Amino acid sequence: MATVRFEKAQRWYPGADTPAVPGIDLEIEDGEFMVLVGPSGCGKSTTLRMLAGLEEVNSGNVYIGDRDVTKLSPKDRDIAMVFQNYALYPHMTVADNMAFALKMAKVPSEERKVRVREAAGILGLTDYLDRKPKALSGGQRQRVAMGRAIVRQPQVFLMDEPLSNLDAKMRVATRTDIAKLQADLGITTVYVTHDQIEAMTMGDRVAVMNFGELQQVDTPLSLYDRPNNRFVAGFIGSPAMNFLEGEMTDGGLRIGDYDLPVPRDVLQKATDGVVVGVRPEHFEIASDNNGIPIEVTLVEELGADAYIYGTTDVQGTPGHLVVRGLARRDVAKGSTVYVSADAERIHVFDKATEKRLN
Amino acid sequence: MIKLINAALAIVAGVGGMLALFWILNAIVERLPGRWEERLKPYVFIGPAVALVGLFLVYPAVQTVIYSFADKNSQKWVGFENYKALWNDDNFRSALLNNLLWILVVPAVSVVIGLLIAVLADRLRPTSEKVAKSVIFMPMAISFVGASTIWRFVYDTRFAEGDEQIGLLSAITTGLGFDPVSWLRLDAWNVNDFLLMAIMIWLQAGFAMVLLSAAVKGVPEDTLEAARIDGANELQIFFRVVVPQIWPTVIVVFTTVLILVMKVFDIVYVMTGGNADTDVVANIFVEELIEFGDDGRAAAVVVVLMIAVIPVMIYQVRRFRMQEAGR
Amino acid sequence: MTQAAPTVDVDPMGGEGQKPPRAQRFTLGSVVVRATVALLCLLWLVPTIGLLVSSFRSEEAVKEDGWWTVFASPLEFSQWTLDSYDSVIFDQGMGSAFLNSIVVTVPATIIPIMIAAFAAYAFTFMRFPGRDLLFILVVGLLVVPLQVAFVPLLRLFSQYELNGTFLAVWLAHAGFGMPLAIYILRNYMASLPHEIIESAAVDGASHFRTFWSLVVPMSVPALAAYAIFQFLWVWNDLLVALLFLGAGENEVVTINLRDLIGDLGQEWHLLTAGAFISMVLPLAVFFALQRYFVRGLTAGSVKG
Ligand SMILES: Nc1ncnc2c1ncn2[C@@H]1O[C@H](COP(=O)(O)OP(=O)(O)OP(=O)(O)O)[C@@H](O)[C@H]1O
Ligand SMILES: [Mg+2]
Repeated sequence: MATVRFEKAQRWYPGADTPAVPGIDLEIEDGEFMVLVGPSGCGKSTTLRMLAGLEEVNSGNVYIGDRDVTKLSPKDRDIAMVFQNYALYPHMTVADNMAFALKMAKVPSEERKVRVREAAGILGLTDYLDRKPKALSGGQRQRVAMGRAIVRQPQVFLMDEPLSNLDAKMRVATRTDIAKLQADLGITTVYVTHDQIEAMTMGDRVAVMNFGELQQVDTPLSLYDRPNNRFVAGFIGSPAMNFLEGEMTDGGLRIGDYDLPVPRDVLQKATDGVVVGVRPEHFEIASDNNGIPIEVTLVEELGADAYIYGTTDVQGTPGHLVVRGLARRDVAKGSTVYVSADAERIHVFDKATEKRLN
Repeated sequence: MIKLINAALAIVAGVGGMLALFWILNAIVERLPGRWEERLKPYVFIGPAVALVGLFLVYPAVQTVIYSFADKNSQKWVGFENYKALWNDDNFRSALLNNLLWILVVPAVSVVIGLLIAVLADRLRPTSEKVAKSVIFMPMAISFVGASTIWRFVYDTRFAEGDEQIGLLSAITTGLGFDPVSWLRLDAWNVNDFLLMAIMIWLQAGFAMVLLSAAVKGVPEDTLEAARIDGANELQIFFRVVVPQIWPTVIVVFTTVLILVMKVFDIVYVMTGGNADTDVVANIFVEELIEFGDDGRAAAVVVVLMIAVIPVMIYQVRRFRMQEAGR
Repeated sequence: MTQAAPTVDVDPMGGEGQKPPRAQRFTLGSVVVRATVALLCLLWLVPTIGLLVSSFRSEEAVKEDGWWTVFASPLEFSQWTLDSYDSVIFDQGMGSAFLNSIVVTVPATIIPIMIAAFAAYAFTFMRFPGRDLLFILVVGLLVVPLQVAFVPLLRLFSQYELNGTFLAVWLAHAGFGMPLAIYILRNYMASLPHEIIESAAVDGASHFRTFWSLVVPMSVPALAAYAIFQFLWVWNDLLVALLFLGAGENEVVTINLRDLIGDLGQEWHLLTAGAFISMVLPLAVFFALQRYFVRGLTAGSVKG
């Protein structure tokens, strides 16, 4: 068990114009479940693979515990990795797949057997130990890949989108299984996904990346409640946050005929205007006509509550807005409703730098 | 018996020796400090292969070019004498022309027959298809010498009064009332050349068929259906829809057979020894080397062959690059 | 060569169980189709049948009339004899040539495969300076005529008194077969999932270990395909045997057959028997392992 630390670790693929990861600084605590999340191509896998030793680190350093592993080959790093396509050895049985790394580490065969049985027991694979991967279902293969990692009892688990090949239902079930397993084993884990729900539900902390750069590293709730910048605000949360622009006035923002109060000191920090983010649940349907008028195009009734999708032609608004309303309110498609934001819960970003201001 | 034991020993020693070599080199490299290990290991893996290729192909190729400018025992430089001598040699010139004929005929006919079988057999019942294709493919396993023996028997002719023809071809022609002919000496209209080419086609059509068949079966069904709905008839579908899609394979087959044709000497060597105006360049190489012991000329012949394959080589490398870029 | 293997997993040889409703693909008169195929098959088969039949007939019979006359009374067993085989194998040396061919072929097949497999692994899974250039060289050498090698090699071998020895042919075939072997094996290995190799690295396997425990077992189809290819090539080769081994004690079947043709050109009973002996093993290998061979061909091949 160990901490993991990236120090300005850079990866520049040969022949690329820009580095895939220009230099990442990240500290992961002992036993922590850290999720790397971000849109496709943002460098999550690259970061993980630098930690695994599968990509060369062009500059900077990577530490596992106190050891500088920057130049070590994967086999010397004491890590285990679960791959997106599982990478099971097709000609070996499940048991042999799980025992392979132990064999490489010259663990005596008695102990190997014991550890494989144990891991198989945890994952419910005991009945399948003699099968080849071909004869397993997708979910079982995924578990074998997990099993292969946990028999090793490594310092760090690395997982690169290990659930993306499962169907939606399996994914949700396995999500919690993995999180629980990790908590039980207490092994430091770095988990890559592009799915923000996975990130929010699984991680102790979540690192959001974009264009190779870390945007924010925080607990899921902090990310949700206090996103550092506009990108994180838009990336985390579903349905996504609404962004509004308007004319800056003395004590707020004027959006069409609607006045949204924003503290003066926050507005003063802006270099060139602000963008205000409002989560769907922080809109309220106004009883009078004081608010942003939206024309309802779709109502998503979820039973417990409802999402109202609408368009508006007020300048500065994105054209489409999502508002969470109470369920069974019978807001009719085509009707116009007025919505106002909860001034306490808004997120104010600088229009130019996109940094959070409040 | 002793020989077989020797062979067994050779296998054990050869394979074992190679394994030991790899193992030892690997062990040595693994003892080196980290950086060096990573850096040197690839060369341990490719080392023996590179050594073999270097020793048996690259070095001799360079050396051959050098020898081609020296006399028969490579004692003194003769400049372009060897090439001039070849050029002035009627036999060599006719061999060049014969080669040209082979190149024009054999690859094209092999492709056409291969494609014919590939397409037609595709429409038979599965068992018949398998049998038919195996029959056409079978000569792939037969050596050029073996094939030459088979066909020499077909082309055999007897002239003595009262002898029955035992060669199939002569039996048929005399049966039709013609006089017996010595087929392999019949150089009018290059008949003997074509008879030799027939052997090559017989050997290579199966290869063409296998590759083209794979390509034809890979043509997506829906493109055929779309064409059918657009009102094309079967011939139009074949030439406008199928052929364009398998064209890359056609080119592959064509060039492969082409290269083979340029360098095969066995058939001519065994059937006619190059007599009766049937010689080809690759056979002249063997003649110069063995019969005349003229290494300079032999080397010059090889250089001519090498120059002839260079365009194919460039094409090959370019195709490979494109393929890799798309990988 | 560089044949982009067809993406659909079809068996170009056809056969049971893999025919989509293809009968409908074209509706050309099926009689014409069958007749054409039958005719071509007959044309392809008849010369070989003539050889086979004649090799089992007596000398007098072969010289008396055409082999096709036996079909008038094929069941008259007195006309069949193994005399020609007896004579070819023991008097003409085809027997010992057959053994020599085995002695030449087996090591000349196995040794290059192993060496090429190591190289193909490095070309596929390792990064090192000069890799792409070296591989381009391999691709280029695929088409170079073997003839380039002989003049210098004959001299080199004679320096070490290797001419006429098996070692010379083994080495030569290993060298000549190398580009194609590397090419086929690398193309195959490049199609293996990269993740598996990376996973092995993370699991602590060295390259040597990954090669033996993972890549070799997973590459069996390609290894088999190339093995068959090289086996047929070496067995059937005349040129290398002619120049490095020659006639005499160590001669192989192709050389023996050439000499039969040269010395006994009209003794058809012997020639046919000799030719058949020279063909029987490759034909057997070929039919037994045709599947692999076909796969090897479609995976990309040309012989240098
Ligand atoms: N082997 C490579 N050679 C060159 N460029 C690469 C290579 N691998 C990745 N890249 C580039 O580096 C960038 C980051 O890739 P990376 O695989 O880390 O993205 P990712 O965040 O994992 O995305 P995804 O969610 O799609 O897996 C991308 O722009 C990608 O095109
Ligand atoms: Mg990725």
